[in-house]
Amino acid sequence: MIRRRALLAAGVIAVLALIGPWLPAYPLTVLTQAVIFAILAMSLDVLLGYTGLSSLGHAAYFGVGAYVVAIMTTEHQMGLLACLAAGVALATLTAAVFGLFAIRATGTYFLMITLALGMVIWGLAYRWVSLTKGDNGIAGIPRPTLLGIELIAPVPFYYFCLACAVLAWVLMGLLVISPFGLGLRGIRGSEGRMQALGYNVWLHKYTAFVLSGVFGGFSGTLWAYYNGFVSPNDVQLVTSVETLLMVALGGSGTLIGPALGAGIIVFLRNFVSVYTKRWLLILGGVYIGVILFAPSGLVGALRGRRR
Amino acid sequence: MSAEFWIAQSFNGISYGALLFLLASGLSLIFGVMRIVNLAHGSYFMLGGYVGLTVALRTQSFVLACLAGAVAIALVGIGMERFFLRRLRGEVLGQVLMTIGFALIFQDLALLIWGGDPYTVPIPKLLTGTVRVGGAVFPIYRIFIVAVAVVVGLALWLAMDRTRVGAMIRAAVDDAEMAQGVGINVPRVSLAVFALGAGLAALGGVIGGGFLGVYPGADFEVLPYAFVVVIVGGLGSLPGAVAGSLLVGLLDNFGKALFPELSYFTLFAPMAIILALRPTGLFGRI
Repeated sequence: MIRRRALLAAGVIAVLALIGPWLPAYPLTVLTQAVIFAILAMSLDVLLGYTGLSSLGHAAYFGVGAYVVAIMTTEHQMGLLACLAAGVALATLTAAVFGLFAIRATGTYFLMITLALGMVIWGLAYRWVSLTKGDNGIAGIPRPTLLGIELIAPVPFYYFCLACAVLAWVLMGLLVISPFGLGLRGIRGSEGRMQALGYNVWLHKYTAFVLSGVFGGFSGTLWAYYNGFVSPNDVQLVTSVETLLMVALGGSGTLIGPALGAGIIVFLRNFVSVYTKRWLLILGGVYIGVILFAPSGLVGALRGRRR
Repeated sequence: MSAEFWIAQSFNGISYGALLFLLASGLSLIFGVMRIVNLAHGSYFMLGGYVGLTVALRTQSFVLACLAGAVAIALVGIGMERFFLRRLRGEVLGQVLMTIGFALIFQDLALLIWGGDPYTVPIPKLLTGTVRVGGAVFPIYRIFIVAVAVVVGLALWLAMDRTRVGAMIRAAVDDAEMAQGVGINVPRVSLAVFALGAGLAALGGVIGGGFLGVYPGADFEVLPYAFVVVIVGGLGSLPGAVAGSLLVGLLDNFGKALFPELSYFTLFAPMAIILALRPTGLFGRI
């Protein structure tokens, strides 16, 4: 089962890698965006799908990663690797602190606490004007250079992001099939039972929370380079919820499903908004439709049919 | 900093807290009875403001505006609860996605109907102007907001504490299954509480529209405040909603006045500390 799925995923990655140079510029940038959000959605899936914790503040790590890159490139002209390392490190630190507060809670309390913690980061982005330029955001983030290769043109940058996404997918995939990942699934199923079996439930949940923040921050660093601009909008509640939608739409607990969900939402957002101003209306309909008609997501629905 | 500064800022904080109480007391009750994370609660506030605005402009009556806003949005709440949320009992993620879907639709519909410009709900002449006590100046409208919150709070307390319906609601908050078991129609109680909560939020929207204005984005702006009030106070607790509203109103106001760059931090960080010490909030029991 796992081998077949890995083969399928390898096929998808191969197709994504091959079509890069043949796509026109605009679809390619949208695809790059989808790849970046796929990392974000997969990172949330580690928490939501495998551990059973639905976070409403996931944009915080995405935003911290993005803002670190924005500030380090525009103010200090730092290189790619330093920015990536710093962005991911600070996002990890944020998740490590937030986790101390959030992991105590379950269910609706967990949702509300992560929402409020996420708003802390939004508040800093919005109000700490001397650092973040507030509502205006930080513009003029240059595309990076990696080991002498310029990633400025759309095609090389696309490959860079794709490689990052594949790396993130492999790492998270290994994580969820490891004994630790199985422990997480056990906790999702029954926390009490895992406790009785002698698992350190708190530590498992906390580690999953922090690791989810690591990859969330990673996607944020890429987003800053992709967009060339970060603003409080990247950190707001709607971004967190949209990530939840990507996971739910694709099918939580499958990693590849949320990546697919991210792709669908990004394509809808970019193409529908060209034709109509009523994008929010449609997006709202998608939210309600997913819950009413595909509560286990697209991957879940496909699997259900096969059985 | 002078004494006037502290008095004026405290009063501003208290009056903002009073507005938050209107918004959050309903959310808290909804939480308590139904365990629903309603991300559309801020939308009720905004839609209430817009409906109130339209009615106030047409009829020149502030009272009618408040009534119309509250009733219209209570009906919206009834529709949402009865046809969409009831089937999602216990599914936290489903409730979140469903209610945010509604919030986005409401936001876009409001933009379609009322446009993107900010408006202020016209308030009666009687409520304009200020009162001077010693060196401090108090706007009458803010005194009015505090008065409304006190009246609503007392009415809620009397209803919850002294009436049969209130006892049924409290039973449903404590243990919905047991309440159902002893013959209380919990679905109907839930529907009533949801309508009440939506109506109160809308009332807050009309009244808040008199000094904060009504504008696109107000929904997601007030939502986190309402959540913090409920978290700090505790799920389903009326005294908790009072304490939480006052605390959040004061923290927000002093945070913005004293540390403008860190103002949201000064609001959310104390909340995190309270939670670390008391995970169920100040007055929460569950």
